[in-house]
Amino acid sequence: MDGDLALLLNGIVSGLLLGGLYAAAAAGLAVSFGMLDIVNIAHPALMVAGGFLVVLVGTALGIDPLLAAVLLAVPFYVLGVAIYTFYHHFFERRGDEALQGLAFFFGVMFIIEVGLVMAFGPEQRFLDPPYAFVTWRIGEIDIPLRMLAPALLAMAAIGALWVFLRRSFTGLAISAVAQDAEALRLMAVDPVRIKRLAFGLSVALAAIAGGALVVVQPVEPSSGQVFIGRVFAVCIMGGMGSLPGCILAAFLFGVVENVTASFYGPSWSPAVAFGWLLLVLAVRPQGLFGKLA
Amino acid sequence: MTRMTRRALGRLAAGATVLAAAPGLSFAQGSNPLRIGYSMSLSGGLAPNGRSSLLAHRIWQEDVNARGGILGRPVELVYYDDQSSPANVPGLYTKLLDVDRVDMVTSSYATVMIAPSMPVVMQRNMCYVTLLGAGVNEAFKYDRYFNMNVTGDDIRANYAKGFLDVAARLPTPPRTIAILAVDNEFAQKAAESARYLSKQRGLRIVYDRSYPPTTVDFTPTLRSIQAARPDLIFIGSYPPDSNGILRAASELRITAQMFGGGMIGPQIAAVQAQLGPILNNLVTWDIYSPEPTMDFPGIRAFQEKYRARAVQEQVDVLGNYLQPYAYAQMQVVEQALNRVGKLDQAALAGDMHASIFNTVVGDIRFGAHGEWAEPRNLLVQFQGIRDGDLEKYKKPGAKVILFPESLKSGELRIPYGAPA
Repeated sequence: MDGDLALLLNGIVSGLLLGGLYAAAAAGLAVSFGMLDIVNIAHPALMVAGGFLVVLVGTALGIDPLLAAVLLAVPFYVLGVAIYTFYHHFFERRGDEALQGLAFFFGVMFIIEVGLVMAFGPEQRFLDPPYAFVTWRIGEIDIPLRMLAPALLAMAAIGALWVFLRRSFTGLAISAVAQDAEALRLMAVDPVRIKRLAFGLSVALAAIAGGALVVVQPVEPSSGQVFIGRVFAVCIMGGMGSLPGCILAAFLFGVVENVTASFYGPSWSPAVAFGWLLLVLAVRPQGLFGKLA
Repeated sequence: MTRMTRRALGRLAAGATVLAAAPGLSFAQGSNPLRIGYSMSLSGGLAPNGRSSLLAHRIWQEDVNARGGILGRPVELVYYDDQSSPANVPGLYTKLLDVDRVDMVTSSYATVMIAPSMPVVMQRNMCYVTLLGAGVNEAFKYDRYFNMNVTGDDIRANYAKGFLDVAARLPTPPRTIAILAVDNEFAQKAAESARYLSKQRGLRIVYDRSYPPTTVDFTPTLRSIQAARPDLIFIGSYPPDSNGILRAASELRITAQMFGGGMIGPQIAAVQAQLGPILNNLVTWDIYSPEPTMDFPGIRAFQEKYRARAVQEQVDVLGNYLQPYAYAQMQVVEQALNRVGKLDQAALAGDMHASIFNTVVGDIRFGAHGEWAEPRNLLVQFQGIRDGDLEKYKKPGAKVILFPESLKSGELRIPYGAPA
């Protein structure tokens, strides 16, 4: 195979796998930011907290980090419900959610980061399953399981959430609350309860993303800062509350980053990837799968 | 039932903030302590090195106070968390010097944290002993600046010298080199050194790029380097990038004759534990290795004390990197004060320029610009690494010194990627 073609194909494949990680990190935000209009800037920090707990639980129980992440999704759901309850009581209910709500989540992010340093120390933490050191080779294409397994888990989790949102009454109510919370009240459904549930789901997805992150790379308390820009960009490019859009945007982001790194060097990757975001928004201001209001 | 109002919540948050920002005062025995102040990265990206440096400082403080303190006064450390944010540093040093009125100032780890403190320290004419800065004083030219780092005055001519000197002795002399460095000051200086010395020695640079610190996946970058088929690969990286680069190199089965050069990360115990055999035959810059050639007086006693407390303090469990240098940083302050006999900053600076300091990292002397007069960049190679067990790193043989000749403890093994 031609050298450049091999570089291109490997760039695309590794970009898709990287996109899987970005999708895992951004899907929860697509629910909280895209559907509920809550600027949860602490989402990447919650993901990192999930990563630390995955290491803790996975090591203690001797289980796979991705399985540990699935188990941790339940307590993270409860955590999400608690955070939303607090946020609603002190900010949203009073109509202070715009700026003060943002400050609240910034504070949550700071507390999580410092809390992780206090609880676990500042050192990197890791939990490598045996497959993390295996790379499949198909012709000249390399597929490291370190990247593939988290991407598959992310797709499965987002797929399950999508089915839930499309097929269940509660899921439809979550989609509805994003459009018109007051109309939902007319249907005898409490929008606050629905939002609480949806926010819980978004934080549960942060636990899944944390497990995915631990398999890809070690985590340290400040790891979330790397993802803040990317997850918001993916969420916006995908069309805010659209999960298929989120996945497509994440793949696009990953592929653009890695193909650019392959041919023009990694320092161009963020500029080109965020350039694509601007281009997409110029052509479709509502994002790839978003609908114009 | 009392309802929590927003005002009450605000007060609670303010109280928590004050507690979080409270200085880490370490009260020594007796009155009128001699106070040494600095900012320290206790949270944020530099916290792993910041917290382990602090433990080394506290061990030194206990040692010196057990000997009766300095100038007959117990030593007190006054430090604030700079959160690894350079923007916080000038304010913290202003507070240390103007409000806390400390007697001496030292620095936290890293160039990015030292540089913003310089104008404040210079304005007050204080002697300043810093930790692992890289070329900070090139711009300031402050004659009371003294840096605990092995790089010396001329980083460009010295940093990559070991890598290229050792490469020159390969059975098949190398003809090409690839250079990759993260976009930060230290790594860019390392890359510049590799570039400069490669050109000087007639090596063809077949890949020369930077990467942003936010890079997550290094596979495409390493594949591009592999496609250029270099004989040598010089990487200037920081943790956790080093981890991602080495994982990608392992997945792509990169087998350059020499791989590494200027990676920061493999010196850290957590990285050594995780990467295990991936580190085998990696050749990289370092500042300390427990080889017989670096068995300086006091280093073992320090490391014993450090390792006994490291697990509980949740810091690097080995203390094989900057921790001995943090201890030595305070030894410089101690020895200068004891020699001068008073808190006269000009006299202290004069002593630091003129004297030899006997420290746990060897005897050192400062040059005209405050860097070590004799650079001592180590080039080490990980050898015989089959797993992530850390016990081997406490003994000689796992991290062999290839350069400089005066400290050499083993021979180069090639290529990178070969199993132990």
